[in-house]
Amino acid sequence: MLRILGKIQRIGIVTERLPKIDEPALEEVGAQIKAKLGQMFNGSLAIREVDAGSCNGCELEIHALNNPYYGIERYGVHFVASPRHADMLLVTGPVSRHMEAALRRTYDATPEPKLVIAVGECGANGGEFGVSYASCGAVANVIPVDAVIRGCPPTPLDLMRGILQAIEGLPGRK
Amino acid sequence: MTAAWLTAFLGRLSLREVPVQEEPASGLAPAHLLTVRAEDWGHLAHEAKNWECRWVGAWGEDNGEALLVNACFEREGVYLVARTQVPYTAPALASHTPNFAAANRPERHMQDMLGILFTDHPDARRWTRHRAWKKTEHPLRRNFPAAGNPPAQTPPNDNYRFLFAHGSGVYEIPVGPVHAGIIEPGHFRFQAVGETILNLEERLGYVHKGIEKIAEGRDAAALARLAGRVSGDSTVAHAWAACMAMEKAAATEIPPRALALRAIMAERERVANHLGDIGAICNDVAFSFAFYQYGRLREVWQRVSREAFGHRFMMDRIVPGGVSADLDDQAANAMKRQIASLRQEVATLSNIINDLPSIEDRLDTTGYLGPETARAFGALGYVGRASGMPFDVRKDAPYAPYTRFSVEVPVFKYGDVAARVKVREQEILESFRLIEKLMEDLPPGPIRTDWKPAPAGAEGLGFIEGFRGEILAYVRFGENGRIARYFPRDPSWLTWPTLEKLVRDNIVPDFPVCNKSVNGSYSGHDL
Ligand code: SF4
Repeated sequence: MLRILGKIQRIGIVTERLPKIDEPALEEVGAQIKAKLGQMFNGSLAIREVDAGSCNGCELEIHALNNPYYGIERYGVHFVASPRHADMLLVTGPVSRHMEAALRRTYDATPEPKLVIAVGECGANGGEFGVSYASCGAVANVIPVDAVIRGCPPTPLDLMRGILQAIEGLPGRK
Repeated sequence: MTAAWLTAFLGRLSLREVPVQEEPASGLAPAHLLTVRAEDWGHLAHEAKNWECRWVGAWGEDNGEALLVNACFEREGVYLVARTQVPYTAPALASHTPNFAAANRPERHMQDMLGILFTDHPDARRWTRHRAWKKTEHPLRRNFPAAGNPPAQTPPNDNYRFLFAHGSGVYEIPVGPVHAGIIEPGHFRFQAVGETILNLEERLGYVHKGIEKIAEGRDAAALARLAGRVSGDSTVAHAWAACMAMEKAAATEIPPRALALRAIMAERERVANHLGDIGAICNDVAFSFAFYQYGRLREVWQRVSREAFGHRFMMDRIVPGGVSADLDDQAANAMKRQIASLRQEVATLSNIINDLPSIEDRLDTTGYLGPETARAFGALGYVGRASGMPFDVRKDAPYAPYTRFSVEVPVFKYGDVAARVKVREQEILESFRLIEKLMEDLPPGPIRTDWKPAPAGAEGLGFIEGFRGEILAYVRFGENGRIARYFPRDPSWLTWPTLEKLVRDNIVPDFPVCNKSVNGSYSGHDL
C-alpha cells in the first residue's frame, strides 16, 4: 500500500490540460448536438454501432469520438451494447451478404422510433466494394436509412456533424 | 545464391524421389519457386516440417486450364513458393494441415473459393462460405461472375456444426456476430465451467466482401485502392505489399524518396495502432486512466499524419510506382517535435503500467501462449514475439529502405498479455527511432515514377511488416495491364487461431483483454 501511495505521490497528476482545440467547429457542433438532444431526446442519445462489413477504418474513427479530444459523451451521446437500448443505429461497411441477416435482426430489435445512419462511402454506396456475390453494397439496400455520412472514413468531426444533421432533420418530438 | 538449407532441402526431396523443378521467377524473387507434381504435395509439406520451415500461406488460382495451388514457406529469411496443378474434374490434393496447424483455415478457404478438396484435412467444414453462395459454386473459378447469383435475402449462418462439449456443469456462451462494442463482427462460441473457459471456437467469415474476386479486372491504381481497404488499420502496409507485388511483376523501380516516405508512413501506422491498442487493453482491465492517455496520444499522432500526408490513416497515399503525397519541411519538423515529446510521454506511461500491481495482477500470466503453440501456428508480429518467435520481415528478409539500417526487434518468452503489451511498447520506441532516421537522410528527388503496365502473365510477391506482422501479397497480371489474381494474406490468418488456444483455462471475464492483446483483423482475414 505504501508503495502505491508513494508511486501516486511521485508521479502526481499526469493528465494534461486539453490542448486548445484546433477545430473550433467541434465545440460549435457539440453545443448544437447538446441543445438538440435536450429538446428532443431528453438530453441523451443512445447509439448502437453495427459493423456490417466495414474494413474497420470507419470503426476506428467512431472510436475516436470517445477519446478525450472529442469526448462525445459530454454532449449527451453515448454508445450502448444492445440495439434494444438504442435510439440510433450507426451502420458501417458495404453490407456483406454474410452480415445481411444479422443487420436485419439488429434493426428489428431496435425499438421505434429509431434512426439509422449509414456511415462512410461503403455505407453510403458500397464504396470500393460495390455490389457483388459477397456484398449487398449500400446499407440502404438492406434496411431503411435516414441519413448518410460520407467519407472514407469520415473524420470524427464529420461524424459529429452527420449525427447533428440527422437529429436536426427530425420532425419535432416532445 | 541459394541458402544452404534450401539446397539440402531440395536434395532431400530428390532422394525421396519427389521430382521438383526450380523455376526462374523474376517477379517472385527473392522467393524461390518450385513446381511439384500434385501427388507429392503432401510429401513436400512433410519435408518442410522436418526442416522446421514456417508455413506462410497458401492460395489457389483458376488459370483457365486448371487450378493452380501455391504454398509459401520460410526459413532463415528465405522464402520458398511451391506450386502444383490439379484438374477441374475432381480436384484433390493432400492437405498441409497434418504437418502445419496454420494451414487449416486457409485450406478450407481455398476449398470454399475454388472447390479443391484437401483429402486428409482434419476438418471438412466450410469456412469462408456461409450461405451467400451455394456449395457447388466457387467464386474464384473463372466461370463464376463477380455478381454471383445471390438469393433475394441471404439466410443466416445457422447450421454450422460447432464442437460440442458435454458433462455436468458445462455450459455454452455464444457471442456475436454483432459484438457489444464498436468492433468488427464475428462469432465466438465458448464452453465454460463456472468462470473457466474450457474451449473457444471462432467462427469468422462474416465480413467476407469478395475482395479476391472483385480485384480481377482492375488496373494497378484501382488494385492499390482496394488493397488499402483489406484492413483499414493496416491500409499503408496492405497497399504497400500490393504495390510491391505489382512493381516486381512490372519490373518497376521506385524512386528512393518514395521508398523512404512509404516506410515513414508504415512506421506511423504501426505507432498509431500500438498506441490505441495498449490503451484499449488497459481499458479492458478497467484502468481507464491509461485508456484516455493512450487515446489522446493516438489522436495527436493521427493529426500529424494528416498534416504530413493529408489523411489521418494515410489511405491511398501509396500508389503503384511511388507515393501520392510528399513530405514538406514544415510537416517534417512537426513530426520531429512530436516524436521528441511522445518519447518522454510513452516512457512515463509505460512505467506507470508496468509498475502498477493491479495491472500486473490482471495482465501477468493471463492469456498464455506457449512457444510451441506459437511456433505451430507460425504466430507473427507482437503475438509471435511475445512467445519467443522473433521473425520480422524488416530484419530477417529486409526490403528497401530497411536494407539500409538494422531494426531492433523486441522478443519475450513469457507469452502472456503483459508480454504482448511490452513488445508493443518497445516497438513504438523503435518506430520513433526509425522515423527519425528516415527523415534525417530523406533522399531528394521525385516521389513517383510513371506506371508501365506489366505484361500478361507477369506475377509478383510482396512481403511487408505491418503492425500485426508479415503481410504477403500475390499479384498476377492478365491482358492489358489488368489484374488476373490478387491474394493478400493478413497476419490475422495465423494469429486468430492462437486466440482459441491462449484463452483456455482463463476466466470468461478475461476474454476481452486476451482478445484485444491479439487484435486479429476480421476484415483482413475474411477478405
Ligand atoms: S468507407 Fe472507407 S474506411 Fe469506411 S469501411 Fe469503407 S473503405 Fe473502410
